[in-house]
Amino acid sequence: MFLDFFILLRDNGINASLHEHLSLLEGLEKKIIGQSIDDFYYLSRAIYVKNEAQLDRFDQLFGHYFKGLEYIPEELVFNIPNEWLQKNLMRHLSDEDKAKIKAMGGLEKLIERFKELLKEQKKRHEGGSKWIGTGGVSPFGAFGFNPEGFRIGQHENRHRQAIKVWDERNFENLDEGQELNTRNIKMALRYLREFTREGEEDVLDLNATIKATSKNAGSLELIMQAERRNNVKVLLFFDVGGSMDDHVELCSQFFSAARYEFKHMEFFYFHNCIYEKVWKDNARRHQDYTKTFDVLNQFNGDYKVIIVGDAAMSPYEIFLNGGSVEHFNEEAGVVWLNRLKAHFKHIVWINPNPSGVWKYYQSTISLLEIMDNKMYPMSIEGIRTAIEKLLKPAY
Amino acid sequence: MAFEGSKNYIASKDLKISVKAAMHLEKPLLIKGEPGTGKTLLAEEIATVLNKPLYTWHIKSTTKAQQGLYEYDAVSRLRDSQLGLEKVAQIGNYIVKGVIWKAFDSEEQSVLLIDEIDKADIEFPNDLLLELDRMEFDCYELQKRVKAKHRPIIIITSNNEKELPDAFLRRCLFHYIQFPDKQQMEAIVQVHFPNLNQRLMQEALRLFYQFREIQGLKKRPSTSELIDWIKLLIMDGTEGDELSNMDVFKEIPQHIEALIKNEKDLDILNHFKQIGGNSNAY
Repeated sequence: MFLDFFILLRDNGINASLHEHLSLLEGLEKKIIGQSIDDFYYLSRAIYVKNEAQLDRFDQLFGHYFKGLEYIPEELVFNIPNEWLQKNLMRHLSDEDKAKIKAMGGLEKLIERFKELLKEQKKRHEGGSKWIGTGGVSPFGAFGFNPEGFRIGQHENRHRQAIKVWDERNFENLDEGQELNTRNIKMALRYLREFTREGEEDVLDLNATIKATSKNAGSLELIMQAERRNNVKVLLFFDVGGSMDDHVELCSQFFSAARYEFKHMEFFYFHNCIYEKVWKDNARRHQDYTKTFDVLNQFNGDYKVIIVGDAAMSPYEIFLNGGSVEHFNEEAGVVWLNRLKAHFKHIVWINPNPSGVWKYYQSTISLLEIMDNKMYPMSIEGIRTAIEKLLKPAY
Repeated sequence: MAFEGSKNYIASKDLKISVKAAMHLEKPLLIKGEPGTGKTLLAEEIATVLNKPLYTWHIKSTTKAQQGLYEYDAVSRLRDSQLGLEKVAQIGNYIVKGVIWKAFDSEEQSVLLIDEIDKADIEFPNDLLLELDRMEFDCYELQKRVKAKHRPIIIITSNNEKELPDAFLRRCLFHYIQFPDKQQMEAIVQVHFPNLNQRLMQEALRLFYQFREIQGLKKRPSTSELIDWIKLLIMDGTEGDELSNMDVFKEIPQHIEALIKNEKDLDILNHFKQIGGNSNAY
């Protein structure tokens, strides 16, 4: 029942699983709701949708699927004799047909064929009671499906023209048009951890306590220790503007994930390549900037450095004094990158471009070389490998 | 036995259906919504209305899933052994039951509230999958399996600080509490102030919704703030006429501190006031 509604939802980005669909059927069976379509809307929404950002999309799909059905008077639906529906389907599907469908094997096909049948019937009944009938019951047992209860359609709204709840689209604001999918990135970043015990000693150290107690000839001595905390220190450099605009979404996901995951995290922006200045506020980059030398002085070599950029630029921007597109840089980008490399023992470059296209950019090839090949694509796998590299002890 | 709201709690129709579904499908109900829309209150009201015991588990950033099941209090056992107490021999005396265990143990069906689940570590919801699915867990120290005598009605609230894992979401029903519209809000205010004069109510609500529509506010005032504000207005003996011609873009009503909780938001209001209510100029 409602299988094609379920498939419609899945095809359109509502990530429901069969598990949920079965729950809906169970809910209907248990008669949680009455026979009103409003109730059905609320119930299916509670079951299928798991994120408020998807509510608006669900409303639209629901409206699309059930368009025109909301005004069927309840008593009419329940007066359709069941045999009529059964016989109807039997009549239209000959034995040959049944075998054919079996040979086709797919549910999709089955539904398509079924809809055609219904369409034919609709024409013949024009001017009549306007019912196009529902799906039949048992002939498809072999498929393990029961395509019972397809749309019951009525062509005109002869009744009131009220706006239905899902048509109000109350949740429009919450659909941010993007998948809120930072969880995977967070999980990848989690590997970057350095547990240390610092600060207040507030947890019982069981082993030390037992030891101390035995030393004390059995009279209890409690030993406390500080809780384990992730004290990894991370410094992020973000390329902004220009070709990076294509990757804004991915980068902001990465940024928000990183920001959440690391307590000691500092970030700076740069454009294309790192030169003598970096900044924190892109709008005020020409007034409020930080000298890269100051960054080197302020953050000691323990910091793990992640540079995020697409490494797509003119080779001049890396190798020539004055090669920057924005200003006259006294020292070439490569000089600055080497300085960073010398100061920070752990440094990786994460590139939002997929690794397959790197070889088409001369600058990317050069940067790969400068970075000792420590450049990784911004995929979950890439981030994971990058993190592993960051954790390897410095040589 | 269905939850129909109560005289203290106005439940919308979709919320009622969600609660009913959660009870019958025996799935946890995950509630999200703006702060102040009564997420936590819902569980308390369900418990009151259906006359069931309520077990509340407030989640903090340091909360571990295990703490909801049970904890083994090694320190007191160690101490008691020093004192030579009898009960030391029984490890069961040092198993401290967590909220979930208590709810499982309840002699009648209970309501279990897991409040602000998003505050905990990112792995936290995954650690509870099996417990919430099968309604049982193992206590290794006692070598026994704890099973729920009656499946509790589980309400989980989240403020969206963290995303929850898919596997966890799949086991929940989801309900997003929408901010009440003016009509619902009237009913809600009526519940809190049964004798409120209509004029004051109308004017206060008008201003309140005007506030909420201001673009760029960091924290839009919510129901609980409105209730506080009306309380202050009543204490002042405001009749409602004073508010009748007020426009939030032109002047700032008294006791604004009850509605606006953020300096920057107050700056925005002051800015409007200075430019004389021309909201397009902002």
